[in-house]
This record gives sequence, C-alpha cells and structure tokens, in this order.
Amino acid sequence: MNFETTIGLEVHIELKTNSKIYSPSAAQFGDEPNSNTNVIDWGYPGTLPVVNKQVVADGITAALALHAKIERHPHFDRKNYFYPDNPKGYQVTQNDTPTARDGWIEVDTKNGKKKIGIEEMHIEEDAGKNTHEQKYSYVDLNRQGTPLIEIVSKPDMSTPQQAYDYLEGLRQRIQFTGISDVKMEEGSMRVDVNVSIRPIGSKKLGQKVELKNLNSFNYVKKALEYEEQRQQQVLMAGGEINSETRRFDETNGKTELMRVKEGKDDYRYFPEPDLPTLSISDEWIDELKDSMPEMPAKRRDRYVNQLGVTDYDAMVITQTKEMSDFYDKMVELGADPKLAANYLQDNVNAYLNDNQTNLEDTKITPEAMATMIKMIMDDTISSKMAKKVFKAVTKGKDPKQFVEEKGLVQLSDPKKLQPIIDGVLNDNQQSVDDYHNGKDRAVGYLVGQIMKQTHGQANPQVVNKLLKGSLDK
Amino acid sequence: MADKITEEQTQHIAGLAKLELKQAELPEFTQQLNDLLKMLDTLEKVDTTGVEPTYTVTDQINVTRKDIAEDWGERDALLKNAPDTSDGLIKVPAIIDESEDE
Amino acid sequence: MNYLNKDLNSLHQMLVNKEISAVDLVKGTLSNIKDTDQEIEAFNNLNDRALEDAKAVDARGIDANNILDGIPLALKDNIVTKELPTTASSNMLKNFTSIYDATVAKKLSDLGSINVGKTNMDEFAMGSSTENSAFKTTHNPWDYSKVPGGSSGGSAAAVASGEVPVALGSDTGGSIRQPASFTGIVGMKPTYGRVSRWGLIAMASSFDQIGPLTKNVFDNALVLNAISGHDDHDSTSSEKEVPDFTEHIQDGVKGMKIGIPKEYVNKLAPDVSEAIQNAAETFKKLGAQVDWVSMPNSKYGVTAYNALQTAEASSNLERFDGIRYGYRASDAKTLDELYIKSRSEGFGDEVKRRIMLGTLSLSYDNVDKYYKQAAKIRTLIINDFKKVFADHDLILSPTSRVTAFTIGVEDQDPIEMYMNDILTIPANMAGVPAMSQIAGFSNSLPIGMQLMGKPFDESTIYKAGYAFEQNTDFHKQTPKMGGK
Repeated sequence: MNFETTIGLEVHIELKTNSKIYSPSAAQFGDEPNSNTNVIDWGYPGTLPVVNKQVVADGITAALALHAKIERHPHFDRKNYFYPDNPKGYQVTQNDTPTARDGWIEVDTKNGKKKIGIEEMHIEEDAGKNTHEQKYSYVDLNRQGTPLIEIVSKPDMSTPQQAYDYLEGLRQRIQFTGISDVKMEEGSMRVDVNVSIRPIGSKKLGQKVELKNLNSFNYVKKALEYEEQRQQQVLMAGGEINSETRRFDETNGKTELMRVKEGKDDYRYFPEPDLPTLSISDEWIDELKDSMPEMPAKRRDRYVNQLGVTDYDAMVITQTKEMSDFYDKMVELGADPKLAANYLQDNVNAYLNDNQTNLEDTKITPEAMATMIKMIMDDTISSKMAKKVFKAVTKGKDPKQFVEEKGLVQLSDPKKLQPIIDGVLNDNQQSVDDYHNGKDRAVGYLVGQIMKQTHGQANPQVVNKLLKGSLDK
Repeated sequence: MADKITEEQTQHIAGLAKLELKQAELPEFTQQLNDLLKMLDTLEKVDTTGVEPTYTVTDQINVTRKDIAEDWGERDALLKNAPDTSDGLIKVPAIIDESEDE
Repeated sequence: MNYLNKDLNSLHQMLVNKEISAVDLVKGTLSNIKDTDQEIEAFNNLNDRALEDAKAVDARGIDANNILDGIPLALKDNIVTKELPTTASSNMLKNFTSIYDATVAKKLSDLGSINVGKTNMDEFAMGSSTENSAFKTTHNPWDYSKVPGGSSGGSAAAVASGEVPVALGSDTGGSIRQPASFTGIVGMKPTYGRVSRWGLIAMASSFDQIGPLTKNVFDNALVLNAISGHDDHDSTSSEKEVPDFTEHIQDGVKGMKIGIPKEYVNKLAPDVSEAIQNAAETFKKLGAQVDWVSMPNSKYGVTAYNALQTAEASSNLERFDGIRYGYRASDAKTLDELYIKSRSEGFGDEVKRRIMLGTLSLSYDNVDKYYKQAAKIRTLIINDFKKVFADHDLILSPTSRVTAFTIGVEDQDPIEMYMNDILTIPANMAGVPAMSQIAGFSNSLPIGMQLMGKPFDESTIYKAGYAFEQNTDFHKQTPKMGGK
C-alpha cells in the first residue's frame, strides 16, 4: 500500500519589541531571574493588561508579509489552563478573531515554486520559563508576557522537504520584515508539527500526531521522515495511529511518545473583558505597508534580472535582510554587482561561518567592502591583495588607508613596469633564449623575477602583456 | 434540557478548576450544581436569533500604549511575597508532565 | 465631640477652622471603631499607620479647597493597598499584603484622606449578606441579628454605624446598592468605566465597578468626583470628561421623566412596595413625571448574569494557585497537589461553587448554550434600557424586594441567594449607573430605593436623589445600634 503524508505547522515567533505585550516590563532575556517583571507579569490581584501598540503593528506587518486578510476588529481571548509559568491561569491570546486569516507564501521546492496556505495568524503572550530539578521546579517570569505571533499553516505540505522549505520561506519573509530575529537556536522561532498519513486515494485524513521538541529545521525534517515511516509501519501491521504528542529525540533521530491526548483539551476560551476591542484602520495598514521592506523573492528577482547575479548567489545574499541590505548598499556605492555578490558569497560568508557570527555583529561595513571592490575594479589592487585587504576590513580598517600604509598598491603603469622588465630581460638572457627556442616555461620564470623585483605589487596581467610584447619584438 | 450531571462529572469539573471535593461534599455540590444548571437551562428558551452577544460594556475602543520599557522596581517585593523562592526564582514541587511547556 | 453623623462639608469646615485636627478626627474614628466594631464587626484590618498619616496632614495644614483632606475613610477589602493587608475576606489571602496601591486608594490618599481600615465582605465579593466571609459575620447596625447585605456589607455597616463617614465598595451585581439599601445609606455603582478597576481584585471584570457608600447623596457625589476618571492602567476606564457631580445637584427634578419598570415591582414585600409608591409620589410632587415602563428582558437578568459572572470569575480566580503569593498548602508533594490543596483549602464553598459553575458555563460543550447565549441576552437587556432611556431620564425601582434578612437563614440555598440581586443586576448587565438610597422603613429596617441613569449620567441620579433627600427625612434617622 502507498501512503501520502499531510503536514501542518504551527510556528511561534517572538517579536523584538522593547516592552512586553500587556505590561511595560522590558522584553529581553539573559537578565537575572524575574528582574524584568512587575505585578502584571506576576498576575497580581487587581492588575490589568494594556496592549502594546507595536505588537499590533508587528502583527499587521506579518499579516501583510503573509498575504493574509487582516481582521479589522480583533479582540483578545483568554485561554485557561493551570501551569506554573502561566501566572494568571490564563493566556491572553486571540481565538475568535485572529489578527489575520487566509494567507499564503510561495516557497522554492525541488519541483519549482509551491504556494502554501496560512490558516490564521494571531498575537499572544509568551509564558515564563520553568527549570527542573529532581524534587523541585523553578519559575522565572522574565519571558512571561513577551509578544508572540503564532502562524498556523494549512495542511498543505506533503513531504518533509516541503515542510523544511516552508519554514525557510517563512523565516526569510518574517526576518525581512524586521519584526523578529526568527532564530530557532535562540527560541525566537518555535515549531510544532502536525502530521498524518493516509492511503493514497483515501478521502479522509489520517489521525494526526503532534510532534514537539524540534529545535532546527533539519530536526523538523528528520522527525517527519521518521514519523512517516513509523506511521506506515503501524498501519501496515494493522495497527492504529493514536491521537498523541510525540517528542523528537535529537540523539537517535526518533520520535517518542510524550502523552496520549484524551478527549479535547478544554481551554474554556472567552473574550478577555479587560481589553477593549481594537479597530484597525485602512490608514494604519497602508502606513505599515509603505514602511515594509522589499521581500526576499522580489529582491532575488531584481538581483538576477537587473544585476546579472546568479540564482545561487541571489539565494545566498537573501538569506537575511541584513545581508541583502548590505549587498544593496555595496551596489549603490558603486561596487560591481557580480563582484560584490562574489565577495559576499565567498569571503564574507566564510568569515561569518568561521567566526560563528552574524553580519550585523561584525566590523565589516558595506562602505569598506564597496571601496575594496572598486579598487579591484580599477586595478589598484589585485584579487590576491584583496585577501589581505578583506582581512583588514574585518578588523574595521579603512581599505584605502590600509593599502597605502602597507604599500599594497598594484603596479599597473606600463611606464613604470617597462624599465623593470627590460632590466630583468637583460639579466636573464638564457631565459630569453629558452623562450625563443620554444620553452614556454621560461615565461613563468621571468614573471617570477619581475614580481620579485616589484615585491609582488606588479599587476600580473599588465606584466604578462608587456613581457610578451618585449619578447616577441 | 440538559442531562443531570453526575458526581463523576462534578469531580471532573472540579479537576479542571484544580479543586478537590471531599467525598462527603460531593452529593450536595452535585445537587447544587444541578439546581444551578436547571436555572441556566432556561436561557435556551430565550429567542436570541440575530442578536449579537455583548461581552463588555466599556465605551473604550482601540486602547493601546507606546512600546516603552519601564522598570517598576518590584522584583524584590514580589519575591519576598512569594511562598517559596530560591536564588530569585519561584520554587514549586517538581513539574513532572512537561506537555504544556512551550 | 461627636463627629459620627456629620457630613463631609461640616467635617471639612471644622478641619479648616481648626476646631479639630486630622489627628483628632482619626483618633476619634479609631476609638469609635474599636468600640462599635465589637458588635458590628465591619473591619477585617485597621490601619496602624492611620495616625501617622493624619499627623502628616496636620503638619502640612488642611487644604481649604480639598474637601477630602484629612477625612478618614474605609476601603472594601478587595481594593489593594500597600499599607495594610488585602484579604478579599478569604483564607486564600489571609496574610496577603499587596505591593502596589489601587488607583482609587492612591487618588484618595493623594487627596489627603486617611484610610483607617479594610472592611469585611463576602469572600471575593461573592454573596449578598457578607456571611460568606472567611473571617467574621458583619452585623446590621439597625438590628444585629440581621445581615448588612453584601458583598460590600462591611463598608455599608461601617458607614451606617457612623464608624466612618465614607467607605468604598465594589458592585458586580448589586454589591454596593443592596447593602446600602439594607443599612439605610447611599451607595452608588457608577457607569462601567467611570472608575478605574486597577487594584480591585476582579470578580467579574465586565461588571465590576468601585463606588462610594456615604451617609447622604451630596457626600456621595463628592467622593465620586474624587475617584472618577480614565486610568492608563485600566484600558476599560472611560476617557469621557468627568463633570463635577455636585454642580447641578440642587437643580431639582422638575420636568424630569422617571420610569418605573412594571417587571421590577413583582413579588415585593408590602412595605417595600409602599415605599416605592411613596417615592414616586414625592418625585411627582417635586415636578417630575413618573410613569410605568417595560423592561421585558429583565426577568432573564439573574440567570444570564450567573452564566457570565461565574464564567469570568472562574477565570479571574485561577491566579490564586498557591505559587506566587497568598496561601500555599504546606504539605503538597506534587505540583498538582499544590494547586488542588491550596485552592481547596484557600477558597470557601460559595467561591468553589461559582468557580465550578463558571467552569461548566465555559466548557467546550456548554459555552454556546450558556455563556454565549447569556451574552446575547445581555444585549437584549441593554436594548431594554436604551428603549426606556430614549424618552426617560431615570428609572426608579426598589433596590431589593426585601429588607435586611436574618443572619443564617439564607445560608443554605444558593439560588435564593442569587435572587437577592434580581433588581440590581440589570444595571451591571448594561453598565449603567445606579444608586440606592433610603426611602422608608419596615419594622425599623431601612428600605432602599434605586435610581438608574443613562451611561455616564450619574449627575442626574444625584440630582434626583438629592431632591428626594431634601424632601424626606428617612436619611436623618440613625440606627439605634442594634435595634436595642
């Protein structure tokens, strides 16, 4: 029997606002436990929430990036459950009237472009953090109230790779809006997966299973691959898939049972009476639309079709908004688009990888890179020299100044090079003879001598040309 | 009219609300809940076709604040008021089921 | 000197003229409370720092333009304060002191008034007799064997007995007006959103309002002046301008149109019925037009209210879980045990009952049938009000069908208890302002009359209430303390 897989993803994305969604405490991490908390975050008796306008704006921005229909009169709802990191006993979220519904993104798959639907997208508060020891658990409420958007996809994906591609596409689009860092490794992007399989041709969807503890896109893919196999084996053996939550084990690549879901979770949703309904105006949406950065797909299109960059380079450049903005700036400053793309793609990326850092955290500036590339373009430096210059650029040095200080300027002027060449030819009559006797290797030796005399600063192309001219005279 | 709820259902509801009813209290609570539900069941008879629900009577709409972080300086007082703390964290018996977490 | 039955203006003049100091006033108040409260039991906690606060006021001198400066008052024990514990009359919060002040508490103390203590109430404001307090039973000053009403029974009894000239209460379904009615004083539930709820321990958030309990209508208006207005901490608090509620209070009722809903005069105790008829006659005599109106959906009020109020309350009370503050069961070994034991031991029966009913009302299978349906009925009730207010200024009714009942009699039947609020609930459902004031006596127990107004039109209520007071003398009688 052959099966087909149905995958739906729920993605939580943490917004990078200054303050929390319903309280003015700082929304930042890494501080002492409970230091960014107040009576609201602790759910003190008598406290009330007040909505952070930026969170609503970010929600609308995300909705725009996801081509979704924006709810004009959203209200908030309470989702009731007891947990130590949930201080009020309810989470203030949006159930009836999510910020947006019915969106889509287009993702690049192996078989071309595919549209994946977004069911709904809402804003809500994050919970605090529990840490566990043997006998006790400990609660830190710093994260409590941090703004999140939750993006629920339609069950439009049918392979683990598509889920991967969707997540990458989603990450990129959100990253480009600037509302979140969208980093799985830092928890600013979290993914829950729903997956079911059914015999091909069957109308009815199979029993879905929820997967958790997926800490990278790769793990999502691996967990899905494992789960497809597991569910097939269960069904082939005549078994039944249970409604359950499974946890992905990174060490062995398997999913293991966390809990079986008995009946429906009863969260007793109802409208949050402490928060008045919002009213989203056309003007506000237009304003946010106007201030929205160009999305990655559009940028790739521009890079390939207008700037002549390869598809691959365009893809690499548009990994993050910072990289892409950096690139645009370099080109704007006069750097050759293809050279600029090459340098970003090779040198810069290699540097970021080696140092495990982000472009925005380095000392590399688009100004310095553009200057360097322009020096390559006008033969001031060779590409070999550029390696040294790039190293200096990573240390925040001005490339022009560095080149001058180190005397790295390339000797390209024939008037200066010709006398040196003439001298070398005079001193190496043997090699000149060898050349005329058909030994081409002699040219290499002569070039080496010229480079030696110029301390490597001679422009090899110019040297080659002049040397050939002198020899063939 | 809804079916009468049983003592078992009363216990289930209590469980959702993290309450425990002693065996001796259960019959009376169940009886009272049933009386109250009987009362609530009369709501169904009211014709509300085409009527929008009212969830709040505030005259306010679109109330938001600016995204400015504030430190109210309450950390120490909050921790002092907590029944049990350790190194600035709130201490509770071990959470065994992590299913709700994240 | 006896300050007990002086109105705020007289007290203010005495303070301004230095006939008495704020310290004298607070000292007198505290010693009187010490005496009286042995029988009344209106207070849960007295403020140890009240005298210090009074000294500070004297030190800087009384502000002649600030009527509340140096005035002692009491807060219902669900309004949080840093100075003294806030218990909501629950074991859950028996030893709880908040680390911030409610907006109303802050406003009043900024004006120089002195909080002398926190008053008893039904636990978490759930009840209409103050018998549901985990700590004590408050007695009605007119007859100690009677309840003072609830849930703001402590505040009402404290004012009625002359312990304090002013107290704040909270009203979710009648919790200011019904005790005001039972104790013969003036209690105002302002328009929803008129007064900030920041720092009011929430019972049912879409209904709760804080309001003043006073000896007379004018004082009430003065206090509402002081506590009203938008608060950035409460998104539901109105940004509408707050008028001076005393400005037109003496203008009289001439030409006013007052409606009496015929549905509100069913099943009244005979004396109550007579008192309301007399009140109608008084208003007519003063030049108002009084006629019958119909509010046909009122009859669903109590039931719909119960579905909504318990739902909101069940959620509002989830935060009391033994983890971050308040009562934590000492012997819990697992997290679930901690929750269950803390909550089961911390909450009283009525609270548990309402939490469970609310949980049921919101549960997946019932939410449409109960909660949502009740919310639609709320709309119908609002429409009733709109219709009447289209051509009326005020609605007149009794506050309660009965006068204060005997302590202990209604303890057993929750439904009977909920029915106590049948005449007060509609104002909370619609969010309109409503006030109770004394309009007669039955067997030496006060009868309360309710005036309901258009949203944000407390002024008209005060105007009519003041006119009524000027032309009657029920309010001049003071309890013979326990009816002895």
